[in-house]
Formats: sequence, C-alpha cells, structure tokens
Amino acid sequence: MAERADVVFVDGVRTPFGRAGEKGMYWNTRADDLVIKAMIGLLERNPNVPKDRIDDVAIAATTQTGDQGLTLGRSAAILAGLPKSVPGFSIDRMCAGAMTAASMMGASIGYGAYDLAIAGGVEHMGRHPMGSGVDPNPRFVAEKLVSEDALVMGATAERIHDRFPHLTKERADRFALGSQQKVAAAYEAGKIQQDLIPVAIRTEEGWGLATKDEAPRPETTMEGLAGLKTPFRPHGRVTAGNASGLNDGATVALLASADAAAELDLTPKMKLVSFGFAGVDPEIMGIGPVPSTEKALRRAGLSIDDIGLFELNEAFAIQVLSFLDHFGIDDDDPRVNQWGGAIALGHPLASSGVRLMNQLARQFEEQPGVRYGITAMCVGLGQGGTMIWENPNWSKKAERKSRKG
Amino acid sequence: MTDYTKIDFTELEGLSDDEVVTHSYVRDVPLSDGRVLALVTLDNGRDHTRPNTLGPKSLLEYAETLDRLAERAKAGDIQAVAVTGKPFILAAGADLSKIAEIPNREIALRMAQLGHHALGKLHTVGVPSFAFINGLALGGGLEIGLHADYRTVDASTPAVALPEVFLGIVPAWGGATLLPNLIGIENALKVVIENPLKQNRTLKGKDVLELGIADRMFASAAFLEDSIRWADDVVAGRVKVKRPNEPGKVERMVKWDAAIGIATKMLKRRIGEVQQSPYAALELLKGAKANDREAGFAAEDEALADLIVGDQLQASIYAFNLVQKRAKKPAGAPDKALAKPVTKVGVIGAGLMASQFALLFVRRLQVPVVITDLDQARVDKGLAYIRDEIGTLEQKGRISPDEANRLRALVTGTTDKADFADCDWVIEAVFEELGIKQDVFAEIEQHVSPEAVLATNTSSLSVEQIGAKLANPERLVGFHFFNPVAVMPLIEVVNAPQTDDATLSTAMVIAAKLRKNAVITRDTPGFVVNRVLAKVLGETMHAVDEGTPFEVVDEAVKPFGLPMGPFELLELVGLKVGAHVLDTHHGAFPERFFASDNLHRLAEHGKLLARDGKGNVTGYDTGAVKIVAGGTNPMTAEEIRTRLEDGLADEIHRMLEDDVVHAPEDIDLCMILGAGWPFQMGGATPYLDRVGASERAFGDTFHHPPVAGVGD
Repeated sequence: MAERADVVFVDGVRTPFGRAGEKGMYWNTRADDLVIKAMIGLLERNPNVPKDRIDDVAIAATTQTGDQGLTLGRSAAILAGLPKSVPGFSIDRMCAGAMTAASMMGASIGYGAYDLAIAGGVEHMGRHPMGSGVDPNPRFVAEKLVSEDALVMGATAERIHDRFPHLTKERADRFALGSQQKVAAAYEAGKIQQDLIPVAIRTEEGWGLATKDEAPRPETTMEGLAGLKTPFRPHGRVTAGNASGLNDGATVALLASADAAAELDLTPKMKLVSFGFAGVDPEIMGIGPVPSTEKALRRAGLSIDDIGLFELNEAFAIQVLSFLDHFGIDDDDPRVNQWGGAIALGHPLASSGVRLMNQLARQFEEQPGVRYGITAMCVGLGQGGTMIWENPNWSKKAERKSRKG
Repeated sequence: MTDYTKIDFTELEGLSDDEVVTHSYVRDVPLSDGRVLALVTLDNGRDHTRPNTLGPKSLLEYAETLDRLAERAKAGDIQAVAVTGKPFILAAGADLSKIAEIPNREIALRMAQLGHHALGKLHTVGVPSFAFINGLALGGGLEIGLHADYRTVDASTPAVALPEVFLGIVPAWGGATLLPNLIGIENALKVVIENPLKQNRTLKGKDVLELGIADRMFASAAFLEDSIRWADDVVAGRVKVKRPNEPGKVERMVKWDAAIGIATKMLKRRIGEVQQSPYAALELLKGAKANDREAGFAAEDEALADLIVGDQLQASIYAFNLVQKRAKKPAGAPDKALAKPVTKVGVIGAGLMASQFALLFVRRLQVPVVITDLDQARVDKGLAYIRDEIGTLEQKGRISPDEANRLRALVTGTTDKADFADCDWVIEAVFEELGIKQDVFAEIEQHVSPEAVLATNTSSLSVEQIGAKLANPERLVGFHFFNPVAVMPLIEVVNAPQTDDATLSTAMVIAAKLRKNAVITRDTPGFVVNRVLAKVLGETMHAVDEGTPFEVVDEAVKPFGLPMGPFELLELVGLKVGAHVLDTHHGAFPERFFASDNLHRLAEHGKLLARDGKGNVTGYDTGAVKIVAGGTNPMTAEEIRTRLEDGLADEIHRMLEDDVVHAPEDIDLCMILGAGWPFQMGGATPYLDRVGASERAFGDTFHHPPVAGVGD
C-alpha cells in the first residue's frame, strides 16, 4: 500500500514570454526547445535533485502537433538530458494545461506513487495559432450543444459583460491598466526576473538572448485603452488592451513529497492544500474559476476569507472581475495579482498555470503573514481550475503583525 | 612590421564576384550589473549544407563590424564582444575555390594579410573578447576563435580542425602563431601537422577542451545561454580562467626546439620531404616560440603566399574536390532505381579476404550472409574469424551487445551450395585463376535465381572470360576491393561487355552501402590501380634487372612523394602477388610492361627489405641484393625517373584513349583512394602534366589548363 504524502512545490521557472507571430522573438525558436531550456534551467537551479530520482515529467500543450507533439513530456525530458529511465507524458486542458500537470503530478505524489515530478507547459502560439487543425464535431452545432461563441474566446468574454452589466468596459480597462502598471513596478523591483530562464533566440540580426517578457506595454493609458477596437462585436467591450495577447512561452515546476524534499535538502516554496476543476457553459467559459474555486475551498475546508493572496490568470479583465465580484472582492484589492498578470505578461495558453505558481511562491516568501493563496484560471470549452497553496513561511506572529499593519 | 591598416585590399574584390558572403550580425545582450555584450553572429544566410566561409567580402564586413564595436567599447557602450556562428557552424574557413583562383603572389599575399587584418581586430577590440565555438570550426573558422581572449565549445561540435596542411597550405591567419602559445608546442604540432596528415583527422568538443583550445565546454541544449552566462562571470571577475597547457618559460627554453626537431625527423621518415606544407608549418611553429604576434603573422603571410602560388596547392585542391565531390557522384553510374534489392549475400570462399567481405557486408547491409568453402574446417575457420571480429567491435564499444548478437546471428557457413539458393548477391574471393573462377560461378548458378547478381573480386583477370560458362552472364560484374578491405575506401566496379545496367546499378548501390567509393572501369587488364602500379613496378624492376641498385631506384621515385617506395609497397602487397600482377600485364601488353625473372626469384626468396627490431626499414636484404646482381646497364636516378614519368603518362593516356575510365579525374581518384597517392601530386595526372611527362609522351597535357600553380 502506497503511503500518503504531503505535496510541496519546490521551485518553478519559465522562459520569458514572447509575442506570437513573425515579429515575435521566438519565431525562429522551436516550442520544444522552450520547454527544454526551462527544464535545464530548473534542474541547474536545483543541483541537489538527483535526476534519476524524478518519477515523471508531465508537459502540457494545447496543440500537440509538430514541435509540440511527440509526447512532449518524454521527448523534452530526453532532450533536456534527463536519464532515459525517467518517463514522461503529454497533457492537455487548454489554458489550464500546466495547472493540470501540476495537479495530477501533485496527486500522484500525494497518493504515494511518486517522490519527485516535473510539471509544466508550453505554447508557441506563433507556430501553432489558436484553433489550428481543430475539427469540431458537427453535433456541437447540429444539436445546439454549445453556442457558436463557445470556440471564440473573445466572444465568450463579451458574454460575461452581458450577464453582469455592472461590470463595465471602463472597469475592465481600469483593471487592465493596473495589470500593466503592476508588471512594470514588479520588473522595476526585479521580482519577475528571478524566475526567468534566458533563451538564446535566432533573429534576422543574428543570435540574441531573450531575458524579459516581450508583451508588457508600460506606456498604456486609460485613453489609449478606450480607443481600441472591439474585434469580437461591433461596439463591444472586449479589446486587445483588456485581454491577454497571443504569446509564446514555456514553464516548468518541480514538485516533491515533503519527505523527499527533506531528504534532499530542498526548501519547499509552497505546500499543496487542494485543487479543483469544474465545468460551466462553454459560451461563457470565463466564469469557470468560480465553481472550481468553490470546489477547492470546500475540499480544503477553507473559506474565501482565508485566502491572503490570489494569482488569477488574466485571460480577460472581465473574466477576473466576474470572479472578484462573485466573491465580493474589490477590483483593486491588493491581495490580487500583486505583480500584474497575463494582460501585461502574456498568456501562452498551456504554460500559464505554473507562472501563477511561480509568482505566488515568491509572494509567499516575501509575506510570511499570509497563510493561504490560490492560483486559478479559466479554460476554453467552459472550465475552471483552482489550486490552493499554503505558505511554509507562514507564522502566526507575522500574520498578526501584517493584520495590524 | 606589417601595418595591416595601410594595405589596400580592394584588389581582392575580383575574387569576390560570386562570393557567398558570410555576414557579421550584431545584437546586444544584457549581462549582469548593466553590462552589455555585443554578440556577433556569422551567417551566410544558407542552411547547414553550405557552411559559412570567409572570402574577401566576408572578411571586410567582419573587420568593419569589429571596428564599430571597438568604437562602442571605447565609448563605454559595451563591456564584452563575442563571436558565434549560425546553427551547427562557426565557419569552415577560407573559400577553397577562391584560393585556387588567385592569379599571382601579390594577391595571395594580400589574401593572407586580409585574414590577419580582419581576424586580429577581435584581439584589439578594447574589451574582453570571446568566441563561442558552436559547431564546425575549420581553418580560418577556428582562427577567428584563436584571436579571442576566451573560448567556449559546444560539446556536440562535429569537427574542429586546422586542416590547412592536408590541403597544401598552412594555418596562416594567426593559427600557426597563436595556437602553440595557447596550448603548447606538442599539442599544436598534433593539431597543425599530425592530424591533417592522418586522413585529415578532426577534433570533437571534448578534444578541444582537453587540448586547452577552449576554456569551457557546454552541452548543446543551452550552449549559447551557458556561454553568455560564463562570459558574464569572466567579465565580472567571478570566474578566473586557468590554462594549464599554456607554455611557460621552461617549455619555451627547453621543450620547444626539441619538439620541433623530433617532429621534423618523424615527418621525414613518414612522408619524405616532397610535400611542402608540413615543413612550412613546422617553420612557423618553430618561429612561434618567440610569442611575437607581429613577426609571426608576417611570417605566416609570406609562407601562405608562397604555397598558394605553388603547384602542390592546386593539385591538392583538385584532389580534394575529387574526393569530396566526384567520388560521391561516380561518372557513368546508371540510375539507382535500376538496382536490385539485396536481402541475402553469399560469399564463396572462407579465407581471409572472403571473411573480411562477409564481415563488411553483414555490418553495412545487415542482411543474412552465408559463406562457403571446400570443406567444413575452412568454413569453421572463416566463421570463427568473423565472430571474433564482431566480438572485438563489441568489446571496443563500437557496437552494442544487441547489435553484436544480431550480426553474429546473420552470419552462417555451409559446404552445401544449395544454401545459396535465396542469395541475391554472390561474391567470390577464390584463387586468382580463370578456370577456378569460371567453375565456381557455373556451379553457383545451378542454385541461385537467374536474377541474382554475381560479383567477382578479380584484380587482373577478364570479367568477361570469368563469365564465359554462365547461362546468364549479364548479371556478372567485377567488384574489386583493395587490401585491407575494411580500411581502403575504393572499389573498382568493372563493367564487362555483357554486364547489364541493373547489375551495374546494383553494384554501385551496394558499394555505397558498404561506404566505399566506387569507380566504374572497363574490363581491361588490371583495371586502373593495378595497371598504373604495374607500370611503376615494371619500370622499377626493369631498372634493377639492368643493374641499378635498389637505392638508386628509390632515389629516382622520391620526387613523387609517394606514401612508400616501390619496393616497400611490393613487399607489403606480397612479392608473389606483385610477380603475378606484373606477369598479367606483361602478358597483355608485352611491349610496354617488362617481365622480370628476378621478381619471381625474389618471390621465392620471400624477402626484399632489411628491418630493425621495430620493423623500420634499414636497407635491403643481402640475399635479395645477391639475387638481382648481375645487370650490366645501370641507369641514373634521373634516367629512371624520366622513363617512369613518361611511361606513366603514356600508359594513362592509352587507358583514357581506350576508355578504361572516362576522364583523367577518375584515374586520379582511383590512385588517391586505392593506392594512397598523395594530394600534392593530384593523384597522377596533374603531376605528370607539371613535370612535362605528358608533353613528352603524347604531345599534350591531360588537363587544359594544366593543374599547376601560377608561380610568382
């Protein structure tokens, strides 16, 4: 009988995120190389980890063809120099790919089957544009199983505005501006850079080195945002400015059982408390994190008030606002996305989950007064995913101090 | 001292008309603490099949780029400079075809100087400089890196080398001067002279690190990232670079000249003194002891200019192109699509040669191979040899245990020819006698299908006659290997009059699968290699028979620069074999090939050379000398040489007239690959043209214009 174990997040890294397309910095870089370089960087940062002790490698990608195909977890592990005895597999839950990888690896560790696992994701949306090669079953339309909007993410975001008229475009734009400003401030303070693995990039001007995210627009203003086109509806509310962009990038994290971490002298950055995934109507997929969070809280025996830090994936500003609105949290609550989010940094679909974890883990280090935090995100075809984490640096004393402060 | 900035390089533009320019791109890369590294990427815009090369335009662009970076370094914009290449390739050095077109010594000198002018700028850029050797780095490609302050190398780099000496020149863009001062004289001798002369051996990433050419090696997966990070550490002073192989005072005082002396002696013994480039390189390496860049570079300029305008460089480039290009697209080869599939191989004979065939076929084709001989004992002996060899390969780690099992299981032996029934390729290696070969094939034909290809390894019999007793002679082809089978890269594929295209095509495809270079010849005595060698043997034995001492004959042949003298070669192939080959040719062409009774007597005696305990030749066996004594018309070395050169020119001319092969290039390719005739001769015909033998023998030259240097 396998022995149940506590699950910890040891470390996580990512490549800088690029803008998708010919002008993006990763246009000439393979998707698998992004995840391989992130994996090498992760293992170099954790030299205590004997590579042959890693029990599995789960790598997510939404479009699993070409350089994102060939069972990425296995092929990337070989190419990153892991011993051939280490197995690996691919995983897909669209935007929540890496989060699902981390959940499932966490569950495998918690069950006692694994000691150490790598979880991550990659999406090269330049080489694999969203929806490329899909072939939806005609029954979806014939039997009206989902609305036509369901496969157009921007259209699903417009529907959130429809459902919650008080969540206005102005509020969405203001949230987006905040994301840009918080990312700029976090970069200025050197917070984002600490988990970035530089990637050599081949360009028309020769080799260069990607050392920071390509997408942020610190010069963003409310006026500028107000003037942007609404590509999903005439006179709509969703714009390129209050949504995440199309991006290329990869993330990987190392998860372990608490015992293995102790044995190998690894310092856990977070402890996994619970996770949950849930489904909603596909045409309004952005509200998915609400039921998934409720599920995860229920399993953890916690309430939303216990959560001191939120890392919410900003697929769309309106989609984050609907989450906050549901739980009675202010648009500009300081617990939410302290270093900004996907609107500024970018959202290479299946990779984003681990980025949320990286940032939450660093915030835990800085804020021992916080005990619990969540990472949550919406998922195409009407889903949400949530993981709840506990801060190993937490102390009651620090919490009292921070309450007073 | 040469002031390279004062030299006008515009004259070189004539050489750049169709240059594939390797551009020097620059991107800034942020280092720690706000420092900036300017990363230069060399890229000619083509894929890896067309490596970066360094013609005049490429070098001038590189120089201008580094000038700009020196300005920026001075202004404090950048704190480091690094050079790397496009994927898999740093640079493959100078463009050989351009070097061959240089019209005079002045331009040759300019070309050498331009290399120093451009490459040297990395040394004077004003901030720490790095070369990230990300892949192939040959000649000038490696020299780019030698001008840098620091180097890293990709662990998966396929080849790093200074192959100049192999091609008849010297590493003269700084290599001969800088390398020994970086890695020590003995290591430098290995890289600059020893490796090029060992079939142009190259270095892998690990060797580059161990020799001390690179300071660090990184895995390819994140080579550039790791190199940049390391450069950052070096610039920031976090890493101190140690170079254990860098020569110290003692090495300069004591070891340097001694090492040069030993190398010179060894070189003279091994290759003689005809080939100029190794000796020119030795001179430069000797001079590098002073560690005086300017003087060293000036000496390199002059040495390169001298060699570029000489005959040997032209012949070497000609030979290089034969081996690199013509060998890969054999003249007259029929469509590959005609080739028949070969799924099982039969080898008739189980002696040493036959066993070597079986081993080669099973390794390269990975199909069942069955061997046969007159009795079970011989078959068993052959099988034991093959299995031992497979075991040796396994022990050396050249093949895995699974692969070894697979190969052993594929090889079987039999005395029952019926086991050949499903072979679609049968090759014989039985005694070199027409009747035997005829009977062997006639017997095997009873068992195999009418389409099975039959191949004979005859070296001098008529393939047509060997097939005289066959019902289907169109499937017989000559397939002549050279000894040792595993090592020698040539197969003469003999296209007999009755051989059909499907059979010929099969032979060519099989040769390629065996990783051999095949040349198609007509069914004439001795084909190419043995006929040319028989001419040498006939003339040299004739001189001996006439009373010329062996030593004088050796002296006569020395200017050819052959890998070994005619009598040493004779002893290597076997005196009896030699006698047989000469008889065959005398029989076919009695007016041009001398018979030699002495040779038969020497074969009976069994010994020609005297050797010391280590096997080195010390002179001639007294018994042998006694046997050949008695000639009354001794010739001078010069007379013999002229006779031999003219005889060779005449014979090769006749071979071409008779269409044994289509072109002199094929003769040369055969002599280079089958007999190891040197690049500096261009095989045979460039040499015969340049010494006037062709003109004397048939009033023309083989090549128009002749493959010769431009002189001063």
